[in-house]
Amino acid sequence: MINFGKKVLILTLAFLFLVGGMSLAQDLPREETLVVSGAMWGPPSTWNILIPNPTPGTGGLVYETMFSYNPLENEYEPWLAESGEWVSDNEYVLNVREGINWTDGEEFNAEDVVFTYQLAKDNEIPYSPIWDWMESVEAEDNFTVRFTFSEPHYAEWDAELYQRYIIPEHIWSEIPSDELITRTMNDPVGTGPYTHRQAAQDRMVWERNDDWWGNDVFGQPKPKYLVDLVNQSNNVVMGMLMKGELDLSNNFLPGIQRIKDQFGLVTWYEEEPYMLSWNTAVMYMNTLREPMGDTQFRRAMAFMVNQDTIVDRVYGGLVQSANPTGLFGEGWQAYLDEEIVEESGFEYNPTKAKALLNDAGYVDANDDGWREMPNGDPLELEIMVPSGWTDWMESVRVIASNAEEIGVNIAPSFPDSSLFDNKRFNSDFDLMIGNFQTTLSSTPFDYWFGVANRSIHGETISNGNWGAYDNPELFEKIDEFNMTNDEARKQELASDIQETLLQDMPSVPLWHNGLWAQATTEYWTNWPDEDNPYGVPVSWGNAYQLGMIDTLIGIEPVE
Amino acid sequence: MGKYLRKKIIVYIITFILAVTINFFIPRLMPGDPIQSLLSRFSGMEGGREILENQLTLLFNLDQPLWQQYANFWKSVFTLDFGISIIQFPTPVLDIIKRAIVYDLSVLLPAIILSWIVGNKLGAFSGTDKRVDKSTMPFFYFLASSPYFWMAGLVAFFFGVVIGWFPISGAYGSTATPGLNWSFIKDFLHHWFLPFFTMFLVQLGGWAIGMRNMIMYEKSSNYSKYMETLGSSKKLIRKYGFRNGVLPQVTGLALRLGRIVGGAITVQVVFNYPGLGRMLLDAVQNQDYFLMQGIFLTIVTMVLIANFTVDIIYMFIDPRVRLSFTEEV
Repeated sequence: MINFGKKVLILTLAFLFLVGGMSLAQDLPREETLVVSGAMWGPPSTWNILIPNPTPGTGGLVYETMFSYNPLENEYEPWLAESGEWVSDNEYVLNVREGINWTDGEEFNAEDVVFTYQLAKDNEIPYSPIWDWMESVEAEDNFTVRFTFSEPHYAEWDAELYQRYIIPEHIWSEIPSDELITRTMNDPVGTGPYTHRQAAQDRMVWERNDDWWGNDVFGQPKPKYLVDLVNQSNNVVMGMLMKGELDLSNNFLPGIQRIKDQFGLVTWYEEEPYMLSWNTAVMYMNTLREPMGDTQFRRAMAFMVNQDTIVDRVYGGLVQSANPTGLFGEGWQAYLDEEIVEESGFEYNPTKAKALLNDAGYVDANDDGWREMPNGDPLELEIMVPSGWTDWMESVRVIASNAEEIGVNIAPSFPDSSLFDNKRFNSDFDLMIGNFQTTLSSTPFDYWFGVANRSIHGETISNGNWGAYDNPELFEKIDEFNMTNDEARKQELASDIQETLLQDMPSVPLWHNGLWAQATTEYWTNWPDEDNPYGVPVSWGNAYQLGMIDTLIGIEPVE
Repeated sequence: MGKYLRKKIIVYIITFILAVTINFFIPRLMPGDPIQSLLSRFSGMEGGREILENQLTLLFNLDQPLWQQYANFWKSVFTLDFGISIIQFPTPVLDIIKRAIVYDLSVLLPAIILSWIVGNKLGAFSGTDKRVDKSTMPFFYFLASSPYFWMAGLVAFFFGVVIGWFPISGAYGSTATPGLNWSFIKDFLHHWFLPFFTMFLVQLGGWAIGMRNMIMYEKSSNYSKYMETLGSSKKLIRKYGFRNGVLPQVTGLALRLGRIVGGAITVQVVFNYPGLGRMLLDAVQNQDYFLMQGIFLTIVTMVLIANFTVDIIYMFIDPRVRLSFTEEV
């Protein structure tokens, strides 16, 4: 019997290695390898840059953008482009850098930029809507591109410059239209500092492109290999950090502040809040339902939430409570109007919240401890966040108990994430928390468009403004902010927009989620931080050009 | 014998048809929409979402009426073309299953078989020896009743963190590259050990207890008593008892082997080990109809095959069954 068992075991293993033995390859030298995690929620499966979430790193490590954006300084850095400027109200001329090659040896030039946009005109791909306001893209010569706009959206164009990855014409032009988004593009050909080396169930391995054009311009990235691990449970990530097996973790790890010093982990700030801010968690209220359709009620909700409790108790100080306007980061704060925040902003103040509710007629008429609607109907609301997002679940419990203090019955509800999305798209909720379209960017237009836009009249809402807040006058101003280049006018508009949002309170900014980043110094040192802000340690998808490439160049191997 | 097999095969075919049908409808009863949950991860696309939504709906054939989708699904059962996965868009479901199942088999097959062999032997010993029984049974009961994730957590903490002998996460080290070379094999085995060992431990107790009870029962039967009075050795009595007692254990083993794919979710979560169990969990959470269907179908097929195999094996190892069949014909 035992012999039989052994045979089975040996046969199993032999079978296994036959299946697993795809190539004869060496171990990666650990001291030349950077191991990161926090970006991938499933096995790497596609490197197709036309869909919005290919394997993280495809954008940034392989495909590159015309500019990169430094969120710490609010500055654009010429990347594939050498320079670019508006030569008239509706024409933008881009000078492409010379001497760049695709990793298969072909030359990169203006035609590739033109192709990237032309592809969106000739086919239906996610960024095709840009052609609603763009008229033409032409290559004037090998290294000059002229964009002509029918209706220039300056703010969106600024974002476009550092978010659109340029693809090689000689490869993509051969892909049939109906396969544009389904091809996996297994071995993507880009211009960037890394290339695809190996993909497995639990990891993506990138290998440095030693011929990268940027070596002479910015310097060479230090790690020869970059291993990106699929996200694992928090205890596993913590364990790997403690053992120094992981160099950079972009996972949200509650309690990391308590073990940070003991294990020598590097975070952006030495003290609270430890992390840079990355997005704004916003409480949306469904204005299609009563009483959320009532401005007074919505304002009361803003004064009711004790953000400090959420910051301290739920997050242990890892996040910052939100600015009442929801704005954070250099690019957005350039338009922050402190005076308006002073005048119309909100803060935790239950007395004020109660007064607002009393004035608007939401009183406890039947003495059951809960307030009723002005007409006497019961007032029972639900606030939803996706099940399993433990920090958010805890936060809405805080909100529910805050509401109880002022006599409003709000019950937490935790649907599965797909049901949550379904309810969100179909306006089937009372209150919810979301951080969609509130992520760090170069222009506050993105935030405002995310909380207030006019695409709310369709069958479903799928483009921000989940509460279906309708204010055409405000939408007009947000659009104008997008479409003007006059800085004084933009400031004026920005102040108006902030004023309206604070008065009407369609959504309540609660806290700024962090750019979760904890690094170890076992193999790599000189991580960027508050005192040495040369880059941003972020390995999340589509964020490499926001300072991660600089980080890869700036870190130093431990001798 | 022919009649017996024919009957069995008809029952299995009906079971299979029912299972496939349920397998098709259950995911579709979930509230929500898979395309939307795929799209919800694409944030910050002004206007691009509708474009993608239309294309994906067509791609996944979700615009077709339900009966058409059901017919397509039956076709896919025979062609093994389960479509493409939503969470691992656009990888074909079959590829995902093929890639992941290797890990399920590599941990569970040895763990189940070894724990069965060792558990049965140990159980037989405790069943015939009072002293051994008293000292080992509490331990077996402890093993059999401790929840897997709890025990795996303890083992991982002790071996992985306190002593630090074994890695606690992944199928191989973060700098290893799969290949047929000694350093990778070593690395693989190093990572494989704890998931295997914990799976082995939790199952050991159950088999041992089962066998011990069977042996006790056999010991009190007439033939054992008769042998005892004849002065047979303990070992001989145990040997005969074992042959009878092992029959139900074989059924248990076959069922366990059939459920091999679904049974490893916890080990894969605790040790962050790849495999179909975790894929299934992800698929359910993300409403990946196609991946769910593919994995469920794999499980159903394996359970049916295992059951069928038991039915056949029984004819060989149990003379009573064999006789009753041959008499029928």
